[in-house]
Amino acid sequence: MIELENVAYSYGGGELLSDISLKLAPGSFHFLTGPSGAGKTTLMKLCYGALLPTAGNVRLFGADVRGLDRDDIALVRRRVGVVHQDVKFLDHLGVAENVCLPLTVSGRQSEAGNGDLDELMSWVGLTNRAGALPPELSGGERQRAALARAVIMSPDVVLADEPTGNIDWEMSQRLLRLLIELNKMGKTVLIATHDLSLIRATKAHVQARVLRIANRRVQLAGADL
Amino acid sequence: MKFLRGLIAGDRQADRVVPPSGFTAQLTLFAAAAMAFLAVFALALSLAAGRLADRWGDELARSATLRIVAPLDQRQAQTDAALRILETTKGVASARALTDADQQALLEPWFGPDLALDSLPVPRLIEVIEDDQGMDAAGLRLRLAAEVPGAVLDDHSRWRKPLIDAAGRLRMLGWISTLLIAATVAAMITLAAQAALAANAQVIAVLRLVGATDDYIAQAFVRRFTLRALSGAAVGTVVGLIAMVLMPDAADAPGFLTGLGYQGAHWIFPLLIPILAGAVAFAATGTAARRTLRELA
Repeated sequence: MIELENVAYSYGGGELLSDISLKLAPGSFHFLTGPSGAGKTTLMKLCYGALLPTAGNVRLFGADVRGLDRDDIALVRRRVGVVHQDVKFLDHLGVAENVCLPLTVSGRQSEAGNGDLDELMSWVGLTNRAGALPPELSGGERQRAALARAVIMSPDVVLADEPTGNIDWEMSQRLLRLLIELNKMGKTVLIATHDLSLIRATKAHVQARVLRIANRRVQLAGADL
Repeated sequence: MKFLRGLIAGDRQADRVVPPSGFTAQLTLFAAAAMAFLAVFALALSLAAGRLADRWGDELARSATLRIVAPLDQRQAQTDAALRILETTKGVASARALTDADQQALLEPWFGPDLALDSLPVPRLIEVIEDDQGMDAAGLRLRLAAEVPGAVLDDHSRWRKPLIDAAGRLRMLGWISTLLIAATVAAMITLAAQAALAANAQVIAVLRLVGATDDYIAQAFVRRFTLRALSGAAVGTVVGLIAMVLMPDAADAPGFLTGLGYQGAHWIFPLLIPILAGAVAFAATGTAARRTLRELA
């Protein structure tokens, strides 16, 4: 599904990632940990074609990312839902319209009107906030709205970059439960986080593979997690 | 083609993804209207100059004036002799001596209506119209010199050419002005579109994150700027045409400036200005959008 093979990424003369090999199989659950600045976000961006590797190969749904043009990358992103810690919305549109944005840009906005949107908004607990503008949302609400936007196209993969970074414990548990539910529906989930308690809480519910970035490389985390 | 269809048909949702821009939008509308207003006049200037050049070219090239400068007691005899010569001259379609009333009407703007022609040594004028083959002016002059000593033939060539050249240059000036206006519209729309794209870098990032293609993003901007240019230019054209209609009637005061307007089928040309402005905006915004999206990638 998403495969990185001996990938390196350099920026500004320095190598951020080196010799990374990673395979996200369908239905798998992964955590990516490591200290701030280790390259978690960079690795996530490599996984959805926002960055191109400086060495090695990245294959997205079977296609070499270097052979994809910008339109191909756009099509890949319709199969990959992304949630960032610093989530961005179109502030002039309401929450429901922002959630529907992936459908809108792919010409499938009619699908939002058949009750699925209501169900999705209810699933993330934002039914009452559907008409609000993004600046009016709390941190937790923004993260849940971002998750709803990420999954409305029923993507094969969900990538969440520090999704609980700006929210309290209770809200992060709620968000985590949603991500676990998605995985149980067969979606591949990759969460970048430095919050070890989040990983421990997840491992009680699903079999998650924990990867750690250290010294520019990815390694399987030890049993201490 | 799909892009163009999408542009015309529109997409309410796609239109909403780009935030409204308020003051910039009004400036674009105003600039497009002002340029269209100027284009109406530039086009009118060009078309009027063209008509003038054609008229001078056609009418003056096929006409000549014979002036009989003779003492009063010989003037009629020489006029008759000149008319006889003209009747037998190859290439002359018709020749007519102006009557006293005609000449009085010609002189009226300078001397008033009460001029007594008999008291002045005013030459008799003969209007000569050539046929399609044209006459041999040099041969006619030789014949007139022998038989009508007071005759002076003026075939207008001395001042016709510079007039036609001037009208031609005026026409070219009009077209150059129209082209410059179109180029200015393109430059203005390009700048406005680039500013809008740069100001909406975050919007573009969000759209890309959720899978929008460059065509989709570009179309949202292109449609907006094309419609602005189209509607602004439509307003400017209507105002320009109203101003044209309100100009003094050519029949009341003959002259080049009063003839500055549209005639017959030429009224179609100003109606094309909004469409051309839309097309220019479409091309300019499309180019600017693709360049900016490439740079932001």
